[in-house]
Amino acid sequence: MSARIGVITFPGTLDDGDAARAARYADAEAVPLWHADEDLKGVDAVVVPGGFSYGDYLRAGVIARYAPVMNSVIEAAHKGMPVLGICNGFQILCEAGLLPGAMVRNAGLHFLCRDQWLRVENNETAWTTRYEKGAEILIPMKNIDGCYVAEQATLDQLEAEERVVFRYVGGNPNGSRNDIAGIRSENGRVVGLMPHPEHAIDALTGPSDDGLGMFFSILAGALT
Amino acid sequence: MARVVVDVMPKPEILDPQGQAALGALPRLGYTGVTEVRQGKHFELEVDDTVDDETLEKIAEGFLANPVIEQWTIRRIES
Repeated sequence: MSARIGVITFPGTLDDGDAARAARYADAEAVPLWHADEDLKGVDAVVVPGGFSYGDYLRAGVIARYAPVMNSVIEAAHKGMPVLGICNGFQILCEAGLLPGAMVRNAGLHFLCRDQWLRVENNETAWTTRYEKGAEILIPMKNIDGCYVAEQATLDQLEAEERVVFRYVGGNPNGSRNDIAGIRSENGRVVGLMPHPEHAIDALTGPSDDGLGMFFSILAGALT
Repeated sequence: MARVVVDVMPKPEILDPQGQAALGALPRLGYTGVTEVRQGKHFELEVDDTVDDETLEKIAEGFLANPVIEQWTIRRIES
């Protein structure tokens, strides 16, 4: 039986289609989840995809955080369900308190859309077991609120507990503290990152297939 | 009924690139002497008598502001 990966759609979500495609590329079943529906349909893992949920009104991710589906995601995450937040999904997971910190406007105030090199700092999360530690991967990044910030004590804790999962290499694009591109929860089941692995699953349509490893990782975890 | 004003500002230690951009533009407009600009949000809520101060604090802390990056003040303006 194949793993079932849920992909949430909020009003304003853009990348649910590509996230579902990435799940299928990894031979998982992609299960659409609707923002207004608390039912997670028995999925093994959840992807909170990118976009501009609710138009980024008030703050990126805050309205989505209170959508009915997120009540179920938060509850399931606390029981150990793997959750991957990409871009706006990362912002939503921070607003939901599943990951620490927050994203603010990019330091240069520009919307950045480019292929970005990242270093995999931790390959022991539910979403990164298929990478070598220290591997450098090339995946697209596209956002304006991508600057990761947190209190110094939180940053120190993240570093001490090896909870930084992805770090920007080749220069910090947006002012993120400690060059942080992605982090994990304490138990390593919840991961959030600003760049978009679901856009890098096939050299035909992306800069690499480096993003596929996250979906293969979850597949391997879900089936064991 | 009362009007409640909630002002939300980025914490002093949080980089505020929007405020810095405004600050950087002022000399080009011919205005000198402005040494800092911080940009925040201003909310005006019309509330009935059932909304107490404790509820307003929850609304501000849990929704209008993100305590990780922002601070806020709540003012009641009786009408």
